[in-house]
Amino acid sequence: MSDPILATPFPRRAGAALKDAYLQEALTIATTKFIDLRKEAFAGLPEGDALRDRARGIKEATLQRLDHYLEQLADNVQRLGGHVHWAATGEEAREVILRLCRDRGVKMAVKSKSMATEEIELNAALERAGVTPIETDLGEYIIQLAHERPSHIIAPAIHKTKGQVADLFSRELKGRFAADPEVLTAVARRELRQKFLQADMGITGANFAVADTGTIVLVTNEGNGRMVTSLPRIHVAVMGMEKVIPSMTDLMVFLAILARSATGQKLSSYTTLVRGPRRPGELEGPEELHLILMDGGRVQQIAGPLREALYCLRCGACLNVCPVYRQIGGHAYGYTYPGPIGILLTAMLEGDRAVKDLAHASSLCGACKDVCPVRIDIPRMLVDLREHLDRGRIAPRSERLVFRLARRLMESPTLFRACVRAGRWLQRPFVRAGRLRRLPFFFGKWTATRELPAVAARTFSERWKDLA
Amino acid sequence: MITCLGDLFFPEVGEAMVAVLRRLGVAVDFPPGQTCCGMPLFNSGYHDDAARVAARTVRLFEGAEHVVVPSGSCAWMVKTEYASLLKGDPALRAAAEALAARTWELSQFLVTVLGVSRVESDFAGRVTYHDSCHLLRGLGESRAPRALLGAVSGVDLVELPEADQCCGFGGSFSVRLPEVSSAILDKKLAAVEGTGADCLVACDGGCLMQMRGGLERRGSRVRALHLAQILAGSTAERTRVE
Repeated sequence: MSDPILATPFPRRAGAALKDAYLQEALTIATTKFIDLRKEAFAGLPEGDALRDRARGIKEATLQRLDHYLEQLADNVQRLGGHVHWAATGEEAREVILRLCRDRGVKMAVKSKSMATEEIELNAALERAGVTPIETDLGEYIIQLAHERPSHIIAPAIHKTKGQVADLFSRELKGRFAADPEVLTAVARRELRQKFLQADMGITGANFAVADTGTIVLVTNEGNGRMVTSLPRIHVAVMGMEKVIPSMTDLMVFLAILARSATGQKLSSYTTLVRGPRRPGELEGPEELHLILMDGGRVQQIAGPLREALYCLRCGACLNVCPVYRQIGGHAYGYTYPGPIGILLTAMLEGDRAVKDLAHASSLCGACKDVCPVRIDIPRMLVDLREHLDRGRIAPRSERLVFRLARRLMESPTLFRACVRAGRWLQRPFVRAGRLRRLPFFFGKWTATRELPAVAARTFSERWKDLA
Repeated sequence: MITCLGDLFFPEVGEAMVAVLRRLGVAVDFPPGQTCCGMPLFNSGYHDDAARVAARTVRLFEGAEHVVVPSGSCAWMVKTEYASLLKGDPALRAAAEALAARTWELSQFLVTVLGVSRVESDFAGRVTYHDSCHLLRGLGESRAPRALLGAVSGVDLVELPEADQCCGFGGSFSVRLPEVSSAILDKKLAAVEGTGADCLVACDGGCLMQMRGGLERRGSRVRALHLAQILAGSTAERTRVE
C-alpha cells in the first residue's frame, strides 16, 4: 500500500532523506552494525553456503507445488482446531479480520511485528472499525507512537536515533526519559504489559508455516510474539501464500540462515511454534486460531518474471548492504517494502507504474545478491524489470528516444566519431585544465558535484595509428 | 578492446595497457570500429538494442586469440550477458560464448592467462585500491589487481576500508539520481582520504570517472589512476585538451 509521501516524486523524496541529519546518523550506525554482525555470523558457519543453496532449492520446489502444500497446511491447521481463510486480495484479508472483530466483540488487538499486516494497512482499518491496535514489537511500538511506517523490514524504527525515541516517549507517554535504550525498553515494557492482558485478539504474521504439521512459525527477539499468541482469546495470523514450507526438516534449514542474515544471531531469541488453538486440559493459548492465506498478487508471479522475489525470507540483509538504502532509508521508497527486494515486491504487489522511478533506484552493484540467504538475483531482476517498463512504454518517451539514439551511435563507428568531434567542439567554452566544471542542461546533473573529463584531444582510436 | 569511456576520456589508460602488454611480449591489435560494449543499453533495460551492439562487437573480435579490456564492467558485459542477449541466433550465440571465454579484464589476463606475478615498473607512493562492483562481484576478482599493485617497487599498498562498497557510479544511475550517487561517492572518498593514500587505483572506466570527478571537485591531493598506468609507469598528468 502506498503512502501520502508519494505525492512527491521519488528523486525529491530521496533528496530530502539525504538532507535529514538524524536519518543519516541512524542509518549509518545501524546498517554498518548489521553488516558486521552478519559477516561474523556466517564466518562461523562453514556450511552456510550449502545451507543457502538448499534453502533456495526448497523455495523453488515448494513454489512448483504451492497448491499442494497450501492445501496440506490448511488441512492440518483445521485438524488441529484452527480456522483457515483464503484471501485473494489484501482487502479480503482485512475484511476477514474486521468481521472477526465485529462478531467476537473485539475492542483491542495486540500485534506482533508483521509486514503482511503493514502491506494491507491493517492498523488504520482496525481504528476505523473502532478496534484499538497495539504494536508490541519495540520498533513497531515506537513508530506507532510516532504515527509513522516501518522504514526497514526487520528494524522498523531504524531511521530514529535513541535521542529521538526518548523525546517521543517523553511527549507521548507523559514523562521524562533518558536517551538510554535500557530505560526506554523498560518504559515500553511497562506500557505493554497491561495491553497483553487486556487485548481480545492477538494478530501476527508468519515467518513460515509448515505444511505437514500445520505449524505457524514466528521468529522474534522480544518474546512479544509468544505473548500475542498465548494471552488473548483469539489469535489471527496473516501470511503471504509463499511462506508455506513442506516440513520441519526444511524449517531447520531456514532457521539456520534467517537470523544470521538478519541480525547476525545464530537463532533469534524466540522461535515460537504455534500448532492450533488451546486444547482441552491446556492452561494457555487462544480459544480460537485463524490463519489467513493471502495472495495479493503473489500467485500470478509463480510463473512470472518476479518469481524469485517469492523466495524472500524478509531478513532485510539486502537493505543493509544497499548503497542506495544506506543513503536514503526506507521511507523515501514510499511503499511497504523498501530496499532492493522492496522494489521487486512493490512491482509485484502494487504493479508496474509504482516502480517507474524505483526500478532505477539501484546502481546494480550486486551487494544485495551476495548477501541474500536464498540468492535472489536482485540486480538481474531489476534490469529485467526495467526492460519490462521500457517495453510497456511506462518509461518516459524521451528516455526511450535517447537510448534508441545511443544505440544508433554504438552501431555506427562513423556516427560515433562524428559525435566525438561534435562533442569536442561543443565542450570548448567549458573546458578548464582538461575538465568540465559546470555544464548546462542534462549534463549539469553530473557536474553539480563532480568534474567531468573533457573528451580527449585525441581519443584512443585516433592515437592507435601512432601506436600500431 | 577499448570501450567508450576509455576511448573518449582516458586514452592514456589504453596506451598504458598497450605498453604493459607489449613489454610482456604480447602482440597487440586494435580492431577498428569499436564503440561501446552496450552495457548502458542493457542496464537501462533496452535489451534488443543492447543485442544489436553485442552482435557487432562479437563480429569485430572474431579473429582475436584473447580480448583484453581495461574495464571490469565491460569485460563482465561481454562475458556474462552477450550470449543470452544473442540467444535468438544460434550462430551468433555460439560466437558470443566463444568470445566470452576469450575475453579478460586486464588484471585477470595478466595473472591468469600470462601467469605474471610482477610487472616491472615503479611508482613512489602510498596506493589504495577500490574494488569495482562488476570486477569483484561480477567476475569474482579481488586478488589480481592487489597482487600486481603490491608487487610494483615503491608502491605502499594500503587497504581501503569498505573497499567493496559501490562508488555510486552505476552508469545512468549517476545522472538519474545524481544526489544519491554523489552521497555514496562522498562516503567512498572520505574513506579514501582516510587512508592517507596519494593515489587511488581502480580497474574500471566508470568508477574512475566518478571517483576522479569527485576528488577533483573537492580539490583533493589524491589522484585517481587506472591499474594500467601504475603498471606502465606512465602516471604523468593526463593529456591536456586544447
